[in-house]
Amino acid sequence: MRVILAALAALPAVVMGVTGALAVDAPRLVGPDPFNTEAPAPPIAPDLTDDRRKTRNYPEQPPVIPHNIRDYQIDKNFNRCLSCHSRKYTEQSQAPMISISHYQDRDGNMLGGLAPRRYFCTACHVPQTTANPLVENTFRDLDAITTPPGGGR
Amino acid sequence: MALKDSLRTAWQTFSRPAAYFSLGFLTLGGFLAGVMFWGGFNTILEATNKEAFCISCHEMQSNPYEEMKQTIHFTNRSGVRATCPDCHVPHNWTDKIARKMQASKEVWGHIFGSIDTREKFVEMRRTLAEHEWARLKANNSLECRNCHSAESMDITKQGARAAQAHERYLFSGQMTCIDCHKGIAHRLPDMTGVAHWQPTEASGQQ
Repeated sequence: MRVILAALAALPAVVMGVTGALAVDAPRLVGPDPFNTEAPAPPIAPDLTDDRRKTRNYPEQPPVIPHNIRDYQIDKNFNRCLSCHSRKYTEQSQAPMISISHYQDRDGNMLGGLAPRRYFCTACHVPQTTANPLVENTFRDLDAITTPPGGGR
Repeated sequence: MALKDSLRTAWQTFSRPAAYFSLGFLTLGGFLAGVMFWGGFNTILEATNKEAFCISCHEMQSNPYEEMKQTIHFTNRSGVRATCPDCHVPHNWTDKIARKMQASKEVWGHIFGSIDTREKFVEMRRTLAEHEWARLKANNSLECRNCHSAESMDITKQGARAAQAHERYLFSGQMTCIDCHKGIAHRLPDMTGVAHWQPTEASGQQ
């Protein structure tokens, strides 16, 4: 009985030791160590505005925006993005056309115009900055680990 | 005798109405009054041509001014900013006076509260915006060009999209600044039917 009690008493210390060891291994995502010291704020990274399209990281990733979108108005009055990326205006603007999937409602019915649920572009499409990732990403694209039928192109 | 004569001459000079002083006073007084009135006029003209005057009315303070604060014409990397009159009042004197006379309508609007709530302002936004678009279109975007000159614009420093658009439309004289750069300092109204601009074309909204 006494032995069991002693073991129970020691349990929290053991658990804390284990989690402590884990915490050392895990990368710190927030704040300095110890947490109550104040670290200088890192500089705000500038936007990437080179107009060059980026490879998608996975097939259904919403393409990122390679240009400045400061002050772009997207509200019930006007959608600035559509003034270049809309189907009608891509010839004039030479901008990539918004996908045909954006003209369907969620039941797959084709609509005459952009689906209201797709209207707020920046809900999915975002600009990028030059900031370095906090944590190294080991994600590998499907293409890197398989060979699809037909060789995959 | 000589003393008596000179006294009489002096007396006559003093006792008769002055023939030259009045002219002198008129000239000098006119000059001073001119300085005062013209100087005062210009001082007041300049005072009404300051942002502090524009936003002393709450309509301007809480609508266009608040919206402008977000934009690049208010806050940017170099700290140079445009104030209301830089874009909305012509800098050239004659045009300025003409615009000031038109602005008496705005005093009327203020007194009778035509845009004294946010709802009224939003309701009138298209009309108000159209006035400014028409004005800038008519003077070939003069107020834009007071700072942004096409001659000094180095399009090699611009993004590819901007460079192409400026080369094609601005340098060729086909379009003027305001044709494309609407809503750069304030929010846009519903743009349905505006030339060179597109309606939102979202389904269900026409």
